[in-house]
Amino acid sequence: MLEIKCPYCGKRSQNEFSYGGDATIKRPQLGEEISTEDWDNFVYYRDNPRGKHSELWHHVSGCRQWFKVSRDTATHEIFDTCKMNEDFNV
Amino acid sequence: MSNSFRTTNSTGLINKDKKIYFTFNGTIYHGYEGDTLASALIANGVHLVGRSFKYHRPRGFLGVGVEEPNAMVQLHDGNKSEPNIIATEVELVEGLKAKSQNCWPSVQFDIGEINNVLNRFFPAGFYYKTFMWPKSFWMKIYEPFIRKAAGMGKAPLLPDPDRYEHNYEHCDVLVVGSGPSGLASALAAAKNGARVILAEDKPNFGGSLLTDEVTIGNMSGKEWASDTISQLKSMPNVILKKRSQVFGYYDHNMTVMIERVSDHIENPSKYTPRQRLHYIRAGEVIVSTGSIERPISFGNNDRPGIVLASAAKEYMKVYETLVGKKPIIFTNNDTAYSTALEFIKNNIEPIIVDTRDSSNGELVKEVQQKGISIKFNSGIADTKGHLKINSAIIGKLDSSKESFISEETVECDCICMSGGWTPTVHLSSQAGNKLKFNDDIDAFVPDKKRQKETAIGAANGSFTLNQSLAEGFQVGFDLSNKFTDQNNPTNSPNSNEPSYEKHEKLWCMPLPSGKKPKRFIDFQNDVAVSDVELAIREGFRSIEHVKRYTTLGMAGDQGKTSNLNGLQYVSKIEKKIVPEVGHTTFRPPYTPVTIGAIVGREVGNHYLPTRKSPIHTWHEENNAVFVAAGLWQRPRYYPRGSEDMNSAVNREAANVRKNVGICDVTTLGKIDIKGPDAPEFLNRVYTNAWLKLPVGKARYGVMLREDGMVFDDGTTSRLSENHFHMTTTTAQAANVLSHLEYYLQVVWPDLDVNVLSTTEQWSGIAVAGPKSRDLLSKLFPDVDMSNESLPFMGLVDSSIDGIKARIYRISFSGELAYEVNVESNYGLYTWKKIMEVGQSFDIQPYGTEALSTLRIEMGHVAGAELDGRTIPFDVGLNSMVSQKKDFIGKRSLSKDAFTESDRQTIVGLVPLDKKTKIPEGSHIIEDNSAVAPIPKLGHVSSSCWSVEYNNPFSIAIIKDGKNKIGKNLYAVSPLKDISIPVEVVSSHYVDPEGSRVRS
Ligand SMILES: [Zn+2]
Repeated sequence: MLEIKCPYCGKRSQNEFSYGGDATIKRPQLGEEISTEDWDNFVYYRDNPRGKHSELWHHVSGCRQWFKVSRDTATHEIFDTCKMNEDFNV
Repeated sequence: MSNSFRTTNSTGLINKDKKIYFTFNGTIYHGYEGDTLASALIANGVHLVGRSFKYHRPRGFLGVGVEEPNAMVQLHDGNKSEPNIIATEVELVEGLKAKSQNCWPSVQFDIGEINNVLNRFFPAGFYYKTFMWPKSFWMKIYEPFIRKAAGMGKAPLLPDPDRYEHNYEHCDVLVVGSGPSGLASALAAAKNGARVILAEDKPNFGGSLLTDEVTIGNMSGKEWASDTISQLKSMPNVILKKRSQVFGYYDHNMTVMIERVSDHIENPSKYTPRQRLHYIRAGEVIVSTGSIERPISFGNNDRPGIVLASAAKEYMKVYETLVGKKPIIFTNNDTAYSTALEFIKNNIEPIIVDTRDSSNGELVKEVQQKGISIKFNSGIADTKGHLKINSAIIGKLDSSKESFISEETVECDCICMSGGWTPTVHLSSQAGNKLKFNDDIDAFVPDKKRQKETAIGAANGSFTLNQSLAEGFQVGFDLSNKFTDQNNPTNSPNSNEPSYEKHEKLWCMPLPSGKKPKRFIDFQNDVAVSDVELAIREGFRSIEHVKRYTTLGMAGDQGKTSNLNGLQYVSKIEKKIVPEVGHTTFRPPYTPVTIGAIVGREVGNHYLPTRKSPIHTWHEENNAVFVAAGLWQRPRYYPRGSEDMNSAVNREAANVRKNVGICDVTTLGKIDIKGPDAPEFLNRVYTNAWLKLPVGKARYGVMLREDGMVFDDGTTSRLSENHFHMTTTTAQAANVLSHLEYYLQVVWPDLDVNVLSTTEQWSGIAVAGPKSRDLLSKLFPDVDMSNESLPFMGLVDSSIDGIKARIYRISFSGELAYEVNVESNYGLYTWKKIMEVGQSFDIQPYGTEALSTLRIEMGHVAGAELDGRTIPFDVGLNSMVSQKKDFIGKRSLSKDAFTESDRQTIVGLVPLDKKTKIPEGSHIIEDNSAVAPIPKLGHVSSSCWSVEYNNPFSIAIIKDGKNKIGKNLYAVSPLKDISIPVEVVSSHYVDPEGSRVRS
């Protein structure tokens, strides 16, 4: 079970959180003209990297904030966590 | 004969003043306080405890602790029965009942032993090869046979009556194992101020110090161990846990430990848990798990009476028990000589067989000084004795040590073997440590760590006491320094132990001349040298493949005594060195763990939380039958007298259509939405327009996922300019909140909106039916309930007996209807009040079944239609989709597949005979006589008995549904062998114009 540092609450066990996928995905602007291919890339296609991955987690059984986690998908090492409006330090 | 294998000394840890009676295979024996089931049986001369897994060969004890591969027994009976328990780990307790498993009719005479005679038909991979064909034999013949033949113990069929608990711990340093290095590191870390947990599997702390003749400082090893434990006990920053096995090492230094709390207590109190599972999140983990002795492979090396030399020594020293009185010591190293010396101390002269040419080790010399001659350059070729060993064939090895040059038969009643030592690296490996091969000790040791884990002592390949203690004190201090600023190191005391000469790299004896007895490597899985040879001959090269093909090192045992001997043998045949062969993965749990301990208290009603509405007690008092809706308990229907479900549901639903019904809708999700950008946010979340919704009005809304599928629906009301009250379905309440938070926090943080769940703050009561207006007028005399003043989708604040209430004119039933919301605490009072006033309007409560009937008849969609595979078009909600604005998921709706003209659509179905109910989930097909595979048009999502038309009615989602209305199709359910001719009608079966809700 991972131990994740919520930027608002501190270190908590994984079972308080839910996973939210790739944090680098940007939703297309509202009303933006967009090709089906680009839209499908946004909706369906995700990289599945081995190694460092920037991802979203939601502190559902806590402060209910979404935040960013930089995690190694192979080793589960967590390099850093930060609020949505912040950048990772490492 | 009773306890005739006890020693006469009393230097061990058992209490000969306290007898404990127990039963094994129906015979009553006694042992003493401090015994294990294993030591008590051996003391009574019982070695035959079970039959082997595959060949049903007689088996006895090999070890003395967790390493025991053979002696698995079934404990207790009835609901406390427990299979596959390692007898060496069971502390003796008065009245204990144990029996052998994997044998029939008895352990002495086992029919399955025919497998041993036929063993050439049971080679490695036998199951894979033999049971492949014919396919039809698998379920009926092969599988039951394998189950019977391969079965170990029997799982009890009754619920477990015991209590298990979970505990969460945090510490700076967790020390696993209390041998010399573990004690040293715990002491050093604790003295330096760190919070320490020390875990020991056995009932006594001390590890090898309990059996080894050593001195530390001016104390014996055993005294030093007990002195260190009392020091640790007195420190408030230390938790000591014995009978506690750390069996799993997971991510981020989460370890799991099983504590046997009351298994060893005769009459534990009712509230003492049987076992406790500890989740320990440790800053640093010190793995001081010691090492396990290796067996040697030789002909028939699995007979009862053949044990590890270290086990024989521990039985003598700790349990005052002799594994035999005519022992042979068989070794490739010096440590087994301490076992020989222990026999000599008990006035028994062992025969010593050593594969090496010579040794000048201190212990060897000591044995020789006692006048014992040693058969160097020799090995055991074979053994005899059916249910217990009675003789061994000792051979003189030739110079290559590949064959015997002469053989002699020697009588014996036990063989104590030693193939050297294997560090217990399981936890380090589980933690992700990349092991390296240490050529000096011919074993893998931890190397590159991935987590905060440090192996010390024998687990790290440091086999001398001095080295173990030095590592322990140093590592304990260094690691604790990460957590404290006391900088208080503890010095390692001087220690003394005999010096040892090197072992010989020989773990498999040649075959005796003219015979091919089985030479076992893995006792638990019945894997012999010949099986490994076969696997390699058949082309398996990767050690992981050899493992799976032969089952070497698998299952509960995890190869504790067999892994390295297997690897060594593969490397010998392949002429590779062991590090090139590599090693297989060690998996948790290190020792078997009861399911009860893993489940803990989460059984029965505690499996999940139960949510009850504030009105729940009224439902109970009024004969409601409940149904689980997620975690919620909701009234399903309220039977009267002897009514069955169908008639109760029909009565409740018909009464709503005719008079007025009342339904508890507290479980609906409710979300409070506030902020200047709230209208804009709703406009993006829902498919329809929200900017112009007037204050005091409600609107039905549909929300999609980005892939265009309908996510949820509900009504949302505007309470003031920037304040909305959203309702969601019961099932999706939590997901919708997370969804809204995601968009507000991640996607559109510029929107100034706050969302908050208010599901539990409001109690909701639906009042539906043609008489609902008159009823509410009487309940709320101050409110003008006329259609003009409070129209459909209107809302008004009022009060009832001083309780603030909000009245929404919304309808799920399709009738004229209202929903009264009050603060939760007043839900029950308000409900009762409505019931009381409603009597004169023939009010009746209705449950979820009638609720479904009413919405299905009206063609209102719910969870069965909004199943994550439907877009608005499919479920008749296209009119809800705004063409003018963008919203979540809109772009997906214009994709090709979503705009095809014959896309699936919602329709109604009526059976032609107007009698046969259509099962939900039925397939819709066009031609009943077609040959399979028959094209499927769609499926039935919801079914009910229409109280309006008094015949069955269903909703289905079928391909090109809008062009199928008026046609006859078939609803088929192959599982139930049902085929029903149906007519396709509009999904709006009752009041398609929606005039009633607006009346
Ligand atoms: Zn938090």
